[in-house]
Amino acid sequence: MFANPFKLKKLGILGMNKRNIHYIGAHNDRKYYPLVDNKLKTKMIAQNAGIAVPKLIKTIERQSQLRHLKEMLIGIDGFVLKPSQGSGGKGILVIVKREGDEFIKANGQRLELRDIQRDISNILSGLYSLGGKPDVAVLETLVEFDPIFDRYSYEGVPDIRVIVYKGYPAIAMLRCSTSESDGKANLHQGAVGVGLDIATGKALFAVQHGSPVTHHPDTGYDFSELEIPHWEKILILAASCYEVTHLGYLGVDIVLDKNLGPLILELNARPGLAIQIANKTGVVKRYDVIDKQQANLDVTERVKFSMKHFGMK
Amino acid sequence: MSRRFQVLLITFSLAFTGFFIVWYKVGVLGIPFLPHEKRAVYKIGAEISFEGKNKPVLVSMALPEPQEGIQILSEDVASSGFGYTEAQTETGKRAEWSKRNVAGPQILYYSIEVFMEPGEYKPKLPLLAYEQKTETLSDLPDTLRNTAKNLLDDVRLRSADIHSFAAQLINDFNAKEPSQAVKILLAQGGESKFEIISRLLRYRKILVRKIHGLYLESERRNIALTPMLEVYDGRKWQLYDLKKGKVTRDKNFFIWQHGGDSLIEVTGAKKSHISFSLNERQVPVEYLLEKQELLKKAAVLDFSLFTLPVSEQNAYRHILLVPFGALVVVLLRILVGLRTSGTFMPVLIALAFMETTLVAGLIMFILIVGMGLIIRSYLSSLNLLLVARISAVMIVVILIMSFMSILSFKLGIKEVLTVTFFPMIILAWTIERMSILWEEEGAKEVFIQGGGSLIVAVFAYFVMSDTFVSLIAFNFPVLLLVVLAGIIMVGRYSGYRLSELIRFRSMVE
Repeated sequence: MFANPFKLKKLGILGMNKRNIHYIGAHNDRKYYPLVDNKLKTKMIAQNAGIAVPKLIKTIERQSQLRHLKEMLIGIDGFVLKPSQGSGGKGILVIVKREGDEFIKANGQRLELRDIQRDISNILSGLYSLGGKPDVAVLETLVEFDPIFDRYSYEGVPDIRVIVYKGYPAIAMLRCSTSESDGKANLHQGAVGVGLDIATGKALFAVQHGSPVTHHPDTGYDFSELEIPHWEKILILAASCYEVTHLGYLGVDIVLDKNLGPLILELNARPGLAIQIANKTGVVKRYDVIDKQQANLDVTERVKFSMKHFGMK
Repeated sequence: MSRRFQVLLITFSLAFTGFFIVWYKVGVLGIPFLPHEKRAVYKIGAEISFEGKNKPVLVSMALPEPQEGIQILSEDVASSGFGYTEAQTETGKRAEWSKRNVAGPQILYYSIEVFMEPGEYKPKLPLLAYEQKTETLSDLPDTLRNTAKNLLDDVRLRSADIHSFAAQLINDFNAKEPSQAVKILLAQGGESKFEIISRLLRYRKILVRKIHGLYLESERRNIALTPMLEVYDGRKWQLYDLKKGKVTRDKNFFIWQHGGDSLIEVTGAKKSHISFSLNERQVPVEYLLEKQELLKKAAVLDFSLFTLPVSEQNAYRHILLVPFGALVVVLLRILVGLRTSGTFMPVLIALAFMETTLVAGLIMFILIVGMGLIIRSYLSSLNLLLVARISAVMIVVILIMSFMSILSFKLGIKEVLTVTFFPMIILAWTIERMSILWEEEGAKEVFIQGGGSLIVAVFAYFVMSDTFVSLIAFNFPVLLLVVLAGIIMVGRYSGYRLSELIRFRSMVE
């Protein structure tokens, strides 16, 4: 029933307590948290640093702006609406296209302008933000997902999570939504996590609810054939977030746009531990290797180092 | 490394300070540590009833004297309209009530509280001044003289010293099939067994006296004092119960009256009667400490919580338990990895459980939160703003609570009335959080966190309602430093949680 803790330690599995004390506590200065907890700020600093993010269309800060929403949306077919300080994907509305006066969601549901106004009103009143603080709604362009993921995702946004430790990409996985996860890419809600080889971007293992799977439960495609394109570019994108955020322990969520390539979707100062299960690898060993590295390497050198040392196959 | 050293240093000095002060209080000042040193305090009440005859009445009652091994904590007199004084007579202290004109039935009360003193029993100093008029066998009528002599000689053969002599004699009188001699003495002596035995002892030049007292046992009402013999062996007085034989101190015998005077004398009234009642209650040592004014022993105790007014003391009885509840939360969250809804919500729920009792509390909690969730799910469809929604949920909680109280009171389930001890703001937030959790993460997560919270609350309840914990928490608040040290220590624990041993199980296989 219980794993032997000494075996876990030997495998270098990172536990919650150690993550909190030795990684988040030691490397993430709390004053930089707002940069990642506030998506608008993240987007701003990323854009200023030349890091690719989905393009910001508009921010909505006051309820009174809702009266002009119709004019605001003229000429915009697909868009994403999200609370700037939401967490865990709460309150995100994805409109893929418009038909007349109706807005079509990713799952085919049809909304009217009124519904969207109500959603924004909820965001502004702080329904989705931590502690119920009043929030800002961020309107950004719809990511046109690279069709490579179509086979591995059901009704949702597949994204790549890379954990960047002291600027080095340490471990990565692809999170595929399933019908069970309701289109969300959260592993504990039933999304499939696919461990990715840092050297190549090829799939290593796939797990759902902590147990191994070989095929996507909804689409039936074999995960072993999966290989992420633009892999080095993705790692460079992820690693470059270190300089921008000053956070030594960072989860970077990346999506692939058909036209624009990899884009940073979100940053996370407290990335979870499930990524280890998807990679069947303890992450502490890699962190230890990174700890021995000198600090002043640039982004490409760091990515090269990671690709060289953390490959699996 | 230096941070680790700091933590160790702080932990060590906090724990050391805490333990040192406790050691000082216990080891040097002699304050009892363990809560099972709760002691029985007995309230002995004497009730004197009589009927007045429209005459002045004078009531005099023998009063107990301080005695070794048993300490008198307090005395209390209730006698409306009577003058009360205490008089010192040759045979001891007496209580005296007086009133000019008394008619009709009257009752006077006198009560004392006593408790058994701990420690070694110091025997009484030899009472050399005790005089006893000499009596000889020749005082007896001829018919009984030989019988008595034979009995005494017989007992003498079976005994070694004064004590065994007295014990054997009492045994003879108590035997199921008494000997012929005993039967004759009892039948023809014309006196009570008590008188005959003491007379027989006196014939052998043994100092003997009669005392009255009562066994400090559980609750008794309307009892009379038990007469006993006290026999002097040249060094100390030994008690003998006429029914049970030798009485040692651990039998909890409280001597009310020594010697010959009558227990009660009533002049100017009729139908006088005295009866005693006995009440036992377990009193924590600190109460006795207070009474004994041990507090004055040391300046350290001036900072004790006992110096506060009683109502504040009671508040601290609860407040001082919260850190122990917090310790449970810390342990279960960091070492076990239970997830709870709200960090200290379980502690507050546990505090409520202490008032409601565990099972009733659990049932009420689940009912309130369950009903709240149903109503909250409707409120969520109204799209209210956060503050208004929480307030609405809180009002709903209050309504549910009052409805439960009224309904159960009508049904005669009194336990439910304690529902008011639940902190309603916390309940409202719990409902709100659970309901958001339900919408966003599904019912499973609600049960994980709700169940986790309840498990932590139950553990915290067991720790906080433990009499040992609550007593040492209150008697030695400085132990909070040790709790603090423990929490700081656990706060630096970077090993695996128990739940992670399950979570990462597949990695080892």
